[in-house]
Amino acid sequence: MAAPLLFLAACGSGTQPPNNAEVSLPEAHVDPATAGTIAGRVLFTGEAPVMPEIDMSSNPQCERQHHSPQKAQTVVVNSNKTLRNVFVWIKDGLPHAHWTPPAQSATLDQRGCVYEPHVLGIMTGQQLEILNDDPVNHNVHAESQVNPAWNESEPPRAEHKFKRFDSPEVMFPMTCSVHPWMRSYIGVSPHPFFAVTGDDGSYTLKGVPPGTYTVEAVHEKYGRKEGKLTLAPSGAAQLDFTYGS
Amino acid sequence: MAVSSTRTGFHAGLHRWSILLACCTLLLVVAGALVTSRDAGLSVPDWPLSYGKFMPPMEGGILYEHGHRMVATTVGLLTIVSMIWLFRSDRRNWLRWLGVIALAAVILQGVLGGLTVLFLLPWWISTAHACLAQLFFSTTVAIALFTSGWWLRGPIYVEEIPKYPIRGLSLAAPFCVLAQLALGAAARHKAIGTIYHIAGSPIVTGVILWISLRILLHYAENVELRVASISLLAITFCQVFLGIAAFMSRVAYADAVQPMPLMVTFTVLHVATGALTMAASVALAILVRRNVPAPAREFAASRVTAVS
Repeated sequence: MAAPLLFLAACGSGTQPPNNAEVSLPEAHVDPATAGTIAGRVLFTGEAPVMPEIDMSSNPQCERQHHSPQKAQTVVVNSNKTLRNVFVWIKDGLPHAHWTPPAQSATLDQRGCVYEPHVLGIMTGQQLEILNDDPVNHNVHAESQVNPAWNESEPPRAEHKFKRFDSPEVMFPMTCSVHPWMRSYIGVSPHPFFAVTGDDGSYTLKGVPPGTYTVEAVHEKYGRKEGKLTLAPSGAAQLDFTYGS
Repeated sequence: MAVSSTRTGFHAGLHRWSILLACCTLLLVVAGALVTSRDAGLSVPDWPLSYGKFMPPMEGGILYEHGHRMVATTVGLLTIVSMIWLFRSDRRNWLRWLGVIALAAVILQGVLGGLTVLFLLPWWISTAHACLAQLFFSTTVAIALFTSGWWLRGPIYVEEIPKYPIRGLSLAAPFCVLAQLALGAAARHKAIGTIYHIAGSPIVTGVILWISLRILLHYAENVELRVASISLLAITFCQVFLGIAAFMSRVAYADAVQPMPLMVTFTVLHVATGALTMAASVALAILVRRNVPAPAREFAASRVTAVS
């Protein structure tokens, strides 16, 4: 069995080591007097794909929590032809510094056997609080490649889980194998300039220091798109992204 | 007069137990395939207990993962009994040791299954787990074969035709099938693309056709070889179509979310038939090695089937 496995090892891909170099960087500082705003929309062209209904019949306790069938959230096109659940962040251009994470936790809830929110942005070092509001067992599997992956059970009424990701990683799935339709995505940013598009498809990054930046949009199905812009002191810059089917 | 090469008695109970073990092992392969196909592999994060219990609530993916563990435990117990029974009732030392090997394999298989859960399904442990499952199933089928009354009646010798040798060639099929199964398992565990498994299928099918047709064209008078090669051909035929169906259903379900019953059904049937293909190729190789003596060996004249 060794020979085929060695062959397969040559075909397989490895994982990247975690990057902890952030710790020794100088503390980041933004002058509020010169900080500006980057905003925009994520547009969608073409026919919006029809998302399949999720069959929760394998676990009636999940099914009972919904009045109508739930649809997969892989692609959600808003009524104004914009795309929801796109993670937008400044990929490059910020001063190389350590940005202090916010004290409050980001929250990922398991309710009705779906994740809320579907796409979550979080800073490196920020606490992630994971709730189980369902009357059923869940397992929470962080399928991260850069940060250490983990898989833990979370029974109903169990104490909330608190986790932290120390390396930037945009983005990776969180899944539940008990309910294999459950899937959300987490984008871990080393700085606070990120957003996730909602039901109007827009994003806003506030308090950004002036400079020239590469802004990236990441969607779970349609992938990555980049744009470059220059933000003047106290200025406002607009950058739209367009995805299509 | 039939020649008994083993000089041991037939134990109907042991043979029936061996058949039961092989059938339960096939069921175990199906249970394992269901776990992978339904993405339930990590629904129980701990091992050897499940959610810290012997019996967790059997909901969602836990039903498949813990169900797989329960079937595996049953197969482990059946294998222990099988080994003890072989030592008590069968005088063939090599068969007793095959029972020990089967027990060692099922224990190793359980450990690999636990490790792959604890280490979050690394492809190389999961692939080794899948390959060992196939080897273990073939071992149980071989034990069922060796404990049969039909086996104990002795071989039906047939002389190897120098122009169409079969002894060495018969070993190619199990090795090719195992390599193909490893590629399939690696693709299922996302180590490599499915294209490698698809590319391997005509090669494996070709090797099986070559061996089977050679037997059917030149050694068909030997009923054991004839039945074994026709069985291998029939199983392979089904397997190719199941493979196509499994692939097509995966393409059709590309954007779907679980559960995907059609994809799961075809994939599980493809995995189970893969196990049967492996076992059938092993059985054919065993029967060729038993019935077709090496050229230098003198064989008993009483059961020779002359082949012109």
